[in-house]
Amino acid sequence: MSVDAVTVRKIAHLARIKVNDADVPHLQQELNAILTFVEQLSAVDIEGVEPLTSVMPMPMAKREDVVTDGGIPDAIVANAPVSEDRFFVVPKVVE
Amino acid sequence: MTELTDLTLADARDALRQKKISSAELTMAYLAAIEKARPLNAFLLETPDHAQAMARACDERIARGEAGLLEGIPLGIKDLFCTEGVRTTAASHILENFVPPYESTITANLWRDGAVMLGKLNLDEFAMGSSNETSYFGPVISPWRRAGSTAPLTPGGSSGGSAAAVAARLCLGATATDTGGSIRQPAAFTGTVGIKPTYGRCSRWGVVAFASSLDQAGPITRTVRDAAIMLRSMAGYDPKDSTSVNLPVPDYEEVLGQSVKGMRIGIPKEYRLDAMPEEIGRLWDQGIEWMRAAGAEPVEISLPHTRHALPAYYIVAPAEASSNLARYDGVRFGLRVPGKDIAGMYEETRAEGFGKEVRRRILIGTYVLSAGYYDAYYVRAQKIRTLIKQDFDQAFDQKIDAILTPATPSAAFGLGEKGAKDPIEMYLNDIFTVTVNMAGLPGIAVPAGVSSEGLPLGLQLIGRPFDEQTLFALAAVIESSAPPVSLPSAWWA
Amino acid sequence: MNTHVKPSKLIKGATGDWEVIIGLEVHAQVTSRSKLFSGASTLFGAEPNTNVSLVDAAMPGMLPVINAECVAQAVRTGLGLQAQINLRSVFDRKNYFYPDLPQGYQISQYKSPIVGEGTVIVDVSPTEQIEVGIERLHLEQDAGKSLHDQSATDSFVDLNRSGVALMEIVSKPDMRSADEARAYVSKLRTILRYLGTCDGNMEQGSLRADVNVSVRRPGEPFGTRCEIKNVNSIRFIGQAIETEARRQIAILEDGGSIDQETRLFDPGKGETRSMRSKEEAHDYRYFPDPDLLPLEFDQAYVDELASALPELPDAKKSRFMKDYGLPAYDAGVLVADKETADYYEAAVNYGGTKRDPKLVANWVTGDVAAYANSVGLAVAQTHLTPAQIATLVDLISEQTISGKIAKDVLAILISEEKEGDPRAIVEARGLKQVTDTGAIEAAVDAIISANPDKVAQAQAKPTMLGWFVGQVMKQTGGKANPQAVNELLKAKLGI
Repeated sequence: MSVDAVTVRKIAHLARIKVNDADVPHLQQELNAILTFVEQLSAVDIEGVEPLTSVMPMPMAKREDVVTDGGIPDAIVANAPVSEDRFFVVPKVVE
Repeated sequence: MTELTDLTLADARDALRQKKISSAELTMAYLAAIEKARPLNAFLLETPDHAQAMARACDERIARGEAGLLEGIPLGIKDLFCTEGVRTTAASHILENFVPPYESTITANLWRDGAVMLGKLNLDEFAMGSSNETSYFGPVISPWRRAGSTAPLTPGGSSGGSAAAVAARLCLGATATDTGGSIRQPAAFTGTVGIKPTYGRCSRWGVVAFASSLDQAGPITRTVRDAAIMLRSMAGYDPKDSTSVNLPVPDYEEVLGQSVKGMRIGIPKEYRLDAMPEEIGRLWDQGIEWMRAAGAEPVEISLPHTRHALPAYYIVAPAEASSNLARYDGVRFGLRVPGKDIAGMYEETRAEGFGKEVRRRILIGTYVLSAGYYDAYYVRAQKIRTLIKQDFDQAFDQKIDAILTPATPSAAFGLGEKGAKDPIEMYLNDIFTVTVNMAGLPGIAVPAGVSSEGLPLGLQLIGRPFDEQTLFALAAVIESSAPPVSLPSAWWA
Repeated sequence: MNTHVKPSKLIKGATGDWEVIIGLEVHAQVTSRSKLFSGASTLFGAEPNTNVSLVDAAMPGMLPVINAECVAQAVRTGLGLQAQINLRSVFDRKNYFYPDLPQGYQISQYKSPIVGEGTVIVDVSPTEQIEVGIERLHLEQDAGKSLHDQSATDSFVDLNRSGVALMEIVSKPDMRSADEARAYVSKLRTILRYLGTCDGNMEQGSLRADVNVSVRRPGEPFGTRCEIKNVNSIRFIGQAIETEARRQIAILEDGGSIDQETRLFDPGKGETRSMRSKEEAHDYRYFPDPDLLPLEFDQAYVDELASALPELPDAKKSRFMKDYGLPAYDAGVLVADKETADYYEAAVNYGGTKRDPKLVANWVTGDVAAYANSVGLAVAQTHLTPAQIATLVDLISEQTISGKIAKDVLAILISEEKEGDPRAIVEARGLKQVTDTGAIEAAVDAIISANPDKVAQAQAKPTMLGWFVGQVMKQTGGKANPQAVNELLKAKLGI
């Protein structure tokens, strides 16, 4: 499998990374180099093999339902590029 | 007396407890060394005030007889560990001004035990790289040089700052993380000891995520004993990390010097690569001989899916990374670059905020998870991961105690020498280490010799899940068998 | 599944009949103190970004840890929907960018949900019951909230809701009319409230629905469906379905075709409109969340939760019919709200004595419910106590007061003596029914002798009796026993 220029733009948009037209050809080439490298996996016999879902099989520990966190709005917005009245502020979203 | 910075972590610990030295003077010695070593670019942030305040507090606790495991020991912290009130960047432009209002569990454990923070260490951006060249703040330069050359070399990556700082005696030990080899490869390149513990042994809470199912933190130190001491402090169950394992942490130091007689050491035939430099093969053979000499029994084993580990890794790791790095969107923290609308803001921010390698991996990860390709790539890779894990399970079922391999396929290379044209060239650095992450096993890199160019080379030991003790015991055998590696002279100072 | 097409459900188009096919995805906020994966509070209405932990804000290196109670609530709900409980389920990441989605992905369950197929029995009307199949129920995180109206150029983001646990309950496409869909959501809400797993408060967004609508000619395969997002009241669900079905029919009858898309219902304009802007390149790239392990529990855990479940509406309805002899309709109305049902039972059994269950039901579902409705409360939330209603019914049954006087007493309880004892009110205000035949007879005689013309009329046309009854009641201030008045009048008038 290999990607064309249209696909490169499509994935870049899905990943929300701006790609300039000039960058598309070499990105396409690099992505295809990686895809060619991983292509060898298609020869592996995976019949009846379950995909790995957890590296260390063990039961997932669960939390008690108690409020232990929150109440720190200033810390939450402290690193925000733009905030106002403890809201995060972003360019207007049109629904 | 030798220089204070020549003491190992274990020596310094003992000297501090015996009040032969103070943490304040030890810390000052390191701060001075760090200042002189700025050309290495190992530290992204020096925190001298922080360090001196911590050191004073340590000395007071020592005076009161309340010394913790690492009381007064100055350490470097890879800048992937969030430190409360201290800038944490992941070596990325996108987090250039991020000041976490929280402390990672691992660093909190270290401070609990009395360690002193000297500063934050350089790394590949978001830990994605094998040479430290993807750091937004420039590469780390290895303290090592090829014999007769001044060409700058890589200390390896992604924990290049950690490895370089430890090798150059800018700290007694450093935290590091390993997703595909990022502790063991730089340790091997710099003649230091690096252990990636079993997945789940160290908490991931507060460590900037790269690939969640592969990331695991560990120490880089000058000696095996130092690594044993430091890991004991870092490790432990953390209820804030669902993948953390609730097992007691042993005193790893206890096993050092214990006999390894009768241990069965797996030698995987698939690791003998055709393209491997001869000196790497020789080093490995030498390691096998040391094992035999110590009474252990080398046994040839087969790990048939080894060669698929690296390609599978380059599906799984970017896939997880593409999702883990979605939170860097310019909304709540980090860089924001304005755009024509909200989507434009995202796209500009992420294009400018992430470096080339990070962008490349996000794109690959996005692609392999996208509709129509998920089964062919991601699911297939996770199935191959199951096969890789089964290979190891079968080896350990044959009563193998640990597996011995080379740590890297070569010695350190020069900055700019690899991966400029073809990213795969750089990825191949992880060929011996990545299987261990894919299976979640512990692995340790130990210095074992030097290359023809006078650069350090390391061997890797791979253990059973949560059996770091056996790794330390065997690593100590290699350490004591190997010829002493002369540290680089401080050409930078 | 409805296999027969009921003609009454069909929509008449210009070129013939159409059948509307409806499936619902209901998002129900799980009742819990803290969030699905963090220890921040779920309380509604806090100051911006106050009920937010570092995990909810997706700070670097933050990790999710699952809330045990949310898991238990999902299992309880699954049991209440008579559904398959999956002992192993998996959390996946649903990846997309939106300012109120801090992680850049929502943790949800895609391939392996915690609950599988189930069934809900729905009363559409007093005479019609349908079964709606449940496809699945899964746990997921809610997003934060973006406010768009505060500024012309910016949106404001508050993450208080970010990470609150939701259950997404997906129905099969088993509904055939807006009425059925409304009744289904009402019933689902009733079940959730009985279970205590969701408060069902639609105003606060605790219950929202995505409505899938398609139309077809009876007997034909399913048509292309549209999804109407985030409808937040039962009334709007009905309106949205009707509006959307008519829109699709108009397009198809015009020779057009339906595009599968996401739409938004605008209650003000009474129309649905395309959200095509959000539609572009939806590719969620689901994969198992590597920060979590599979969610596993054993059958013993499920059994323990099952044994502690409260009586559910269907069971309560059957019991009311059996134990209290109520008609299905009355029982259905009473059990629709758990507190009303409890109120009813408290009134029937008040003071350890059982009174006429049908009479109590009439009062609770009649005058009491009407009053509650007029003040915008549920029956049990009004100040009227089951004790007061029970006493009122007792007074009627003892023939101390008539049903009409009882209504007056209720009015006094509502407006003047909120905590009053009906018996004391009747006593103090002299409302006791006159059963003394002598007194009634005197009144009857007086009316008869004063109206000879009416007497003659009544003898010719016995329906005139009512006029005499009215006059006697007037004279006795409504307190005369109506039965005694009737009998006396009939005897004296010879009819």
